[in-house]
Amino acid sequence: MSQSLAGQIKRDAIVTRVDAASGEEVIRLLAARLEKLGYVRPSFADAVLAREARMPTGLPMGRDSNVAVPHTDPEHVVKPGIALATLSHPVDFANMEDPEESVPVGLVFMLALNDKDKQIEMLQQIMLTIQDETLSQKLLDAGTADELLALLDGAQQGEQ
Amino acid sequence: MALQKNVLFACGTGIATSTLVSHAVTEAMKERGININSTQCKATEVRSMLNGVDLVVSTTQLPTDLGVPVITTLAFLTGVGKADVLDKIEATLRG
Repeated sequence: MSQSLAGQIKRDAIVTRVDAASGEEVIRLLAARLEKLGYVRPSFADAVLAREARMPTGLPMGRDSNVAVPHTDPEHVVKPGIALATLSHPVDFANMEDPEESVPVGLVFMLALNDKDKQIEMLQQIMLTIQDETLSQKLLDAGTADELLALLDGAQQGEQ
Repeated sequence: MALQKNVLFACGTGIATSTLVSHAVTEAMKERGININSTQCKATEVRSMLNGVDLVVSTTQLPTDLGVPVITTLAFLTGVGKADVLDKIEATLRG
């Protein structure tokens, strides 16, 4: 059954309008939220950063403010979940396709994944969300986690 | 009878973006009359997974000397240039 993305992101795993100086700062912030909520092990943050250094997750959407989907191997994950940060100004992530290139990122979906077959729908919903430029902008403009969840929930209902 | 092809999908972890790309490409190719037998792996494991593989589709950079066609694309994540990449994949599989 289709489950809304809003239903899969805990309010405490959302941070809006973060004033971050680097991608690392955002990654540590979101990893700490996921750890506190019981989704990931304490090793998760460092594992994500190590992976980001070798195989980055910045996605160039052709916009001023783009998207990153930091994640890492299943052994650092307790149960599947998502954390989301919107940034008050973009920070650089390296491009997934070309690590030499940097991508200004304003929307960060951190993924805690441990089974490829069970999380496909969640991943597809994230991709549909970020491919919707109008919705992405609304998410960036949202002032609170509740506003952001309402936007995700509305978008999901709109698709059905 | 539909063409049968073996495609290896790679990404950093072998479970996240390669899952999305695998589903998207397999569906799209079915509509174009190509049945894909899909396998997934980490980018670092690709070299050991190439037996019988007709094409590798990756979201992350791979070595250039693999000896099989490689298409690296973010189109199935970003939506940008998806139709072009599907044409390229079809052409490579039929080629």
